[in-house]
Amino acid sequence: MATHEATGESVADSVGWRTKLRYVLNGDFVRSLPYWGIPFVIMGIAVYGGIGYNIAISLTDTAGIGPVDWSSLDLEMYSQALSEPSVHRAAVNTFVLLVAFTAICLVLGLFLAVLLDRQFRFKEQIQMIYLLPMSLSFVVTAKLWVWMYDAEFGVINVVLGLFGIDPINFLGNPSFSLAAIIFALIWQFSGYTMIVYLAGLRSIPGSQFEAAQIDGASTVRIYLRVIIPQLKAASVSAAVVLMVFALKTFTFLYALTGGYTPPKGTDILATLMMREAFNNVQWAYGAAIATMLLIMALGVISPYLYYQHKQGSL
Amino acid sequence: MARESLADIDVAGIVNGMDARRLGIYIVVTLFIAFFLAPLEAGILTAIKTDASISQTVPFLPPGADGVTAENVGTAFDQLYGSIINSLVMAIPATLITIVFASMAAYGLTMIDWRGQVGILVLFLIGVFVPYQAVIIPIDKFWYQVFPLAEMLEPVARLKLVEPGHLQLVPLTITHIAYGIPIVTVLFRGYYQSMPTSFIEAAKIDGKSLTSIYKDIVLPLSKPMFGVVFIYQFTQIYNEFLFSLTIIKYANATAATMTLVLSGIGASISGVDYGLRMAAAFLAALPTLVLYIAFSEQFAKGLQTGGA
Repeated sequence: MATHEATGESVADSVGWRTKLRYVLNGDFVRSLPYWGIPFVIMGIAVYGGIGYNIAISLTDTAGIGPVDWSSLDLEMYSQALSEPSVHRAAVNTFVLLVAFTAICLVLGLFLAVLLDRQFRFKEQIQMIYLLPMSLSFVVTAKLWVWMYDAEFGVINVVLGLFGIDPINFLGNPSFSLAAIIFALIWQFSGYTMIVYLAGLRSIPGSQFEAAQIDGASTVRIYLRVIIPQLKAASVSAAVVLMVFALKTFTFLYALTGGYTPPKGTDILATLMMREAFNNVQWAYGAAIATMLLIMALGVISPYLYYQHKQGSL
Repeated sequence: MARESLADIDVAGIVNGMDARRLGIYIVVTLFIAFFLAPLEAGILTAIKTDASISQTVPFLPPGADGVTAENVGTAFDQLYGSIINSLVMAIPATLITIVFASMAAYGLTMIDWRGQVGILVLFLIGVFVPYQAVIIPIDKFWYQVFPLAEMLEPVARLKLVEPGHLQLVPLTITHIAYGIPIVTVLFRGYYQSMPTSFIEAAKIDGKSLTSIYKDIVLPLSKPMFGVVFIYQFTQIYNEFLFSLTIIKYANATAATMTLVLSGIGASISGVDYGLRMAAAFLAALPTLVLYIAFSEQFAKGLQTGGA
């Protein structure tokens, strides 16, 4: 029986290969290929080719000028990075930045969204003002905040002076610098979380609010118990975007000082990696730290993509 | 909308309570306006102050009549003019080409049904989130050792159409296109998914080819999305710094972009040239600021679906 079936199939195969080929060629995969194929190849070379090349470089001992030296491949750069105190400090700072920045942006953005989720005059214009910092380059906002934090004449110290607080050198003092940078980044990003939450709030039918109100619930209670729990999807996607940003925030720190060395106490893995590679020309070592950053980013993205897939929204 | 007006009516029953509450909301809203505008306001005022006035007046208050100067704006303009042109020459074509590719990719990944789509899509999505640090050394090695395009194009410069120094903008533009495709594809895909499929089904039954469906139905319908995506992606590319730093490298290079030159102006924290720094920051931000003020709704829409 088994042999008979097998021959039957192969006969059908040889007879029908033209039909099959025509079927495949007319199939949606092949017909859609001209549309997504070229962009996919360009993107694939840049993103996945780049990642592969970076990992390959991280296995070598390449340093200084000249081409990549492929003669000895090992994980030495990784073990060196993992035992380096500067990497540990940068990892701690990255983690603090990631957690504080993401959490405060989410809370403040939600607060602003709820605040603007009602009718009043100039609502659109106010929204626009809150979101305005997002349209600026980090280089521009870094320049603005260096001035804001100036130890002598900066706005922050002038305002603190009104309360009798002595001037603080925010960016020069390691015990304040990281908090100061997180604060500036929150200034820039909370408008973004607000916009994401506003879209989420708009998708919740007003009847729910109405029903809870008839039950006699206060506005605060309705938001806490009925509305906010429904903003889970908006929170998750905003959190992912913020966390991935926190991992790679290099531009802002570079522009604060105009160089690869950020203010004392604010070195994160992204700035450390750029400094090791482009300033100290330790290409392989920088590439190893870059791979560690990539793994962290994937650690954030993978659960998100899985969640999206389970929700059926991919 | 119904919910909001209903909340108002209900609270209006307790007149005093409503007034206090509304007042409270207005105060909080105004405080946040001050919070978000303070750095910009202090920056603009500082840009037009003389050095003496900067150290004598409070940063967020206007200078006296004798403390106003246009000198900083003039100096900043001279320093930045060329680089702003470079950024525009690079960002506009990069954005347009990215949009064409991404719209096609999104069409291929949405409008047509085939297995394995999700796998390809996930590869695009990871491309959106990858930290550029993980590919930045390869970008440097690629454009300087593996495929030195700017050098290869030097014969073109002999035609006297462009200065050889400007050729570095070509690899920078290509880099922006390659890394812009994932996010713009995701933006278009979200839009195409929300489009009514009935048109496309009808056209398929009529025997229209995929190309004519794309040209005659999908493209005309996605005009508003092209606006949203252009505003979003142009802003991203114009404001971007890491690729410029890696490919152009020096602020005094002929091809230096806006962000590269601006990052070097007033480099040290302890400097006192704040007037110049602020003037430069605002001049550099002007193109995207104008675009934002004119199209803030489109910008917000791009952020809502695409992320930062």
